[in-house]
Amino acid sequence: MNIAVLSGKGGTGKTTVSTNISLALNANYIDCDVEEPNGFLFLQPSIDRTDGVSVEYPHIDEEKCISCGECVKNCNFNALVNVKNEIMVFDKLCHSCGACEIVCKSGAIKYKLREIGKIEEGKRSHIKCTRGILNIGEPMAVPIIKKILNNIETDVNIIDCPPGTSCNVVNSLKYADMAVLVTEPTEFGLHDLKMAVELVRMFDIPFGIVINKDNVENNLVRNYCENEEIDVIGRIPYSKDIARIYSRGNMLYDDLKYKNVFDEIAQSIKGVFSWN
Amino acid sequence: MELVVLSGKGGTGKTTIATALCELNEKVVRVDCDVDAPNLYLYYNGEDIEKKDFFKGKKATIDRSSCVECSKCEEVCRFDAIKDFNIDKFLCEGCGACTHVCEHNSIKLEEEKTAQTFITKLDNGIISRAEMEIGSDGSGLLISDIRKNAKKFNQNKDLVIIDGSPGIGCAVISSITGADMALIVTEPTKSGLEDLKRVVSLCEHFGILTMVCINKYDINEEMSFNIQEFIKAKNMKLVGEIPYDETVVKSINELKPITLYKNSKANEAIQNMWNDIKKLGGI
Repeated sequence: MNIAVLSGKGGTGKTTVSTNISLALNANYIDCDVEEPNGFLFLQPSIDRTDGVSVEYPHIDEEKCISCGECVKNCNFNALVNVKNEIMVFDKLCHSCGACEIVCKSGAIKYKLREIGKIEEGKRSHIKCTRGILNIGEPMAVPIIKKILNNIETDVNIIDCPPGTSCNVVNSLKYADMAVLVTEPTEFGLHDLKMAVELVRMFDIPFGIVINKDNVENNLVRNYCENEEIDVIGRIPYSKDIARIYSRGNMLYDDLKYKNVFDEIAQSIKGVFSWN
Repeated sequence: MELVVLSGKGGTGKTTIATALCELNEKVVRVDCDVDAPNLYLYYNGEDIEKKDFFKGKKATIDRSSCVECSKCEEVCRFDAIKDFNIDKFLCEGCGACTHVCEHNSIKLEEEKTAQTFITKLDNGIISRAEMEIGSDGSGLLISDIRKNAKKFNQNKDLVIIDGSPGIGCAVISSITGADMALIVTEPTKSGLEDLKRVVSLCEHFGILTMVCINKYDINEEMSFNIQEFIKAKNMKLVGEIPYDETVVKSINELKPITLYKNSKANEAIQNMWNDIKKLGGI
């Protein structure tokens, strides 16, 4: 059972919700926001394993290369360029698809490996925590996300997704059985929530919404959910005290005043998705 | 002169600040590079004077009438996008490897529209922006495209302010490439500092003039102090400390730039910051 936590917009509280419901549900925590993985700052697991993530990129054997340019012509990512009868490789643009090797008639293309990031695994008491970290200057996060999610446990996993609705999120959602969308009641929050809802609907999985920084007067998100018949499965009140706990990197679940907020979300998750 | 507003962490107030900075200038070209969550244009009632389809991604399609189900395409696809001779559009990266191994010419690559780009005319300038098809990739290329569009409409070489996207990946790299200076907006939280460190490293990697401002600096003064120390150690300039101000939420929900709220503390701090940025950047 994989529960994806996503948001459309950044900074709405994805990591707050995912880390705290991991504790409430006793579920594994997986941070797929590899450009800015912050869940471990809160969960503070003891890390007992680190694996590098590498991608392949083409290496041209100059002895064999006849500079025919077929590889350049067939690279759809502009990673190969023909300069003065020599093939140049821009390794960061390469998607490791293998097309250049297939079209090279001289057998001049072999692949080399380049590390683009790493995956760390650890434990907080008996909860397994995993995160991916993209190296600075590397553009593509998807290979790291795929590697993490291809190897997850078969029990309950909370997937903390990247913000937005593009390829990084799509690759995280592909593995999800259900989704929790975190939003905040502002015009910006609602605008981006609508895009996230559209995305989740394409995947045809059950989902519900958690409203963060919820103040009762301001109900544009509530109105939207009512009109769209989407379940609001939890609310985190607008509170300076919560902001303070978060800013220090502490868990809200460890605070008796807020523990029940996440226990209730955990119960709603089980209820909405009829899962026990 | 191009100024890119970045943040590492999402939700720190990039768009609020980028919009305010735009309003403090008579002539400015606005570029919304947060193509995943484009919020800048929501502040304005502009008129879309140019609208173009953006095709960058390609997707493979299989003609089942000539397919002999040899499975070679499935074996060669490194993205697991082909299952039972069907192509998963979300997973296909359009590389074309499958087309090269298909002996029956049953697979074609087709251009796919991944976004729409807009030039929106305002009373005091333009916004170059895009709306992405949900789930599309290639946002780095899309960002290069909307920055190019902005150039076309900027023959007077007016100041360009770019609202970047969160993170450090392809979208952010495309937003920084070729810009003259970066303003990083951070918040005084443990995650804020962590993400600040990553985006600062990225700016160092690109060797771009980098300034930092702490938004809502007074929600955790101890953490703000830690951020200041980090900025000092990196020899970067702290150009602004913007206080927490409820007026900002009000301004977002009324969809009016914060500069229109004359009594706002945040507005005052942003104006002072802009004076410092202008000095540092030689604007």
